[in-house]
Amino acid sequence: MKNESDLLNLAINGDRRSLGKIITKIESGFEPKISVQKPWTLGVTGPPGAGKSTLIGALISRWIKMGEKIAVLAVDPSSPKSGGALLADRIRMEGAEKSESVFIRSIASRNHPGGLSLFIGHMINVLSAAGWSKIIIETVGAGQSQTRIVAFADRILLVEGPDRGDVIQAEKAGILELADIVIVNKSDIPNSNLAYDSLNSSLSLDKNNSKITRLVSAINGDGIDDLLSLIDKCPVSSEREILRQKERLLSLWDSRLLSYDGLNILLYELSAGSISLNEAVDIINKETMRH
Amino acid sequence: MRIVIAKPGLDGHDRGAKVITRVLRDGGHEVIYTGIRKTPKEIINILIDEDADALGLSSLSGAHEVLIPKICEEMRTSGLSDVVVFAGGIIPEKDHSLLYDSGVRAIFGPGTYSETIIDFLVNISQRKELGHPTGVGEEIGWFWD
Repeated sequence: MKNESDLLNLAINGDRRSLGKIITKIESGFEPKISVQKPWTLGVTGPPGAGKSTLIGALISRWIKMGEKIAVLAVDPSSPKSGGALLADRIRMEGAEKSESVFIRSIASRNHPGGLSLFIGHMINVLSAAGWSKIIIETVGAGQSQTRIVAFADRILLVEGPDRGDVIQAEKAGILELADIVIVNKSDIPNSNLAYDSLNSSLSLDKNNSKITRLVSAINGDGIDDLLSLIDKCPVSSEREILRQKERLLSLWDSRLLSYDGLNILLYELSAGSISLNEAVDIINKETMRH
Repeated sequence: MRIVIAKPGLDGHDRGAKVITRVLRDGGHEVIYTGIRKTPKEIINILIDEDADALGLSSLSGAHEVLIPKICEEMRTSGLSDVVVFAGGIIPEKDHSLLYDSGVRAIFGPGTYSETIIDFLVNISQRKELGHPTGVGEEIGWFWD
C-alpha cells in the first residue's frame, strides 16, 4: 500500500490511478501540502433537471479540441437516511468522457458537517498541480451547503430551465447574486424565450446589474460557442469575489462549529433552558479558541 | 463502498442495472451509474477516475462471455487488481465457471433478493479487512454462492 505523499507525487506527475486515490484520501481528511498557481475554476449550479451536466458535456467537448485538460467534480447529495448516494451526472456528459483529456469525479456530500468545504479546496489544488487546466465544480443549486460549495469557484454559471419560477428559487437560495453568467437552457423547447425575457426583466430591477444572460441549447449546440467565449473572458468581479469569500468563510465556520466536540451537550442544555443562546456562543468561542 | 454499475456492449436493457443502483444506494453505498453501451476501455477509465472499490456489470444480451473476461483482463493490466467484480442479468449456469475463472466474485440472476446483494458486499468488506483474496486480480477460487 502506497502512503499519501507517494500517491500525491505520482498524481502530480500524471498517474491517473494515484489521482483518483488521492481524492479519496482528501475526502477522508488528508490535507495535501502543495503550492500551486491560482487554478482556473468554474462553478456550475442550477435547479435539478436544468441541464447542467449536458451543458458541461457540450462545453468540455469544445474545450478539449482547443487542447484544454478538463476536470469535473460533480457533487451530489448523500441520502440522509442510508448515507448512500446515486451519482449519475457523468451519464449526461456522454462523448466528453471518452477523451483522455477529461477527468470526471463524482462526489457524494456524505452529510459532512458544514458540507464539503474542508475538502474541495484541496481537491482543486491537487487537480491543478496535476496539470488539469480547467476545473469545473457542478452542484445542484438547492440548499445552503450546495450554494457554498460552488462559491469555491472563481466564476459561477447559473443554469436555469425554461420553465419560469426557477429564477425565483435561485434568488431565494442566494445563488443568483453569486453568479457571473446566468443562462436559460433548452432554447429548443417552445416558449423558452419567455423564461429568458422574464429573467432579464427581473434582473433589470437591479440598477447595478452586471450579469451576463444568454439563451442556449446544450443539446443542439445553439449559443454554446458564444457562451464558451463569454466564460473564457468572464472578468472576476471584485464585488462578487467578496461575496464568494464570505460564503467560503461561512462554510468553514459552519464546519468548525458542527464538528465541535461539545456541541451535543450544548444543544441539550439549550433545550433544557439551562443556558441562553448567547452563553452557548461564548462557550464555543472560548473552547474553540484554545485549539 | 464506492461502486460503479456499468452496462458493457450494445445492450440497452438497463432496468435491472437501475434497480440495483437504487438497492445499493439504499444500502448505504455510493453508486456511480455509467449509463448504457460502454466499451471496456471506458469502464476502466471510469473505475480509475472514480477510485471505485467494486464494479457491477449488467448483461442481458448474451455478450457476457466475451465482454466480462475482457474487462477483467484489462482491469488487471491497468492497476485495478484490488477492485471487486460482480455480474448480473441473464447469464446461463453453463457460463458461470468461465466468469468465476476470469475473476468475477458473484453472479446475480433473475429472482435475486436485494438483501443478498447487500450481504455479498458486507462479506466483501470483511474479506478485504482480513486480507482474503477478493479483487479481480487476486487469487481466483473464492466466489459467492
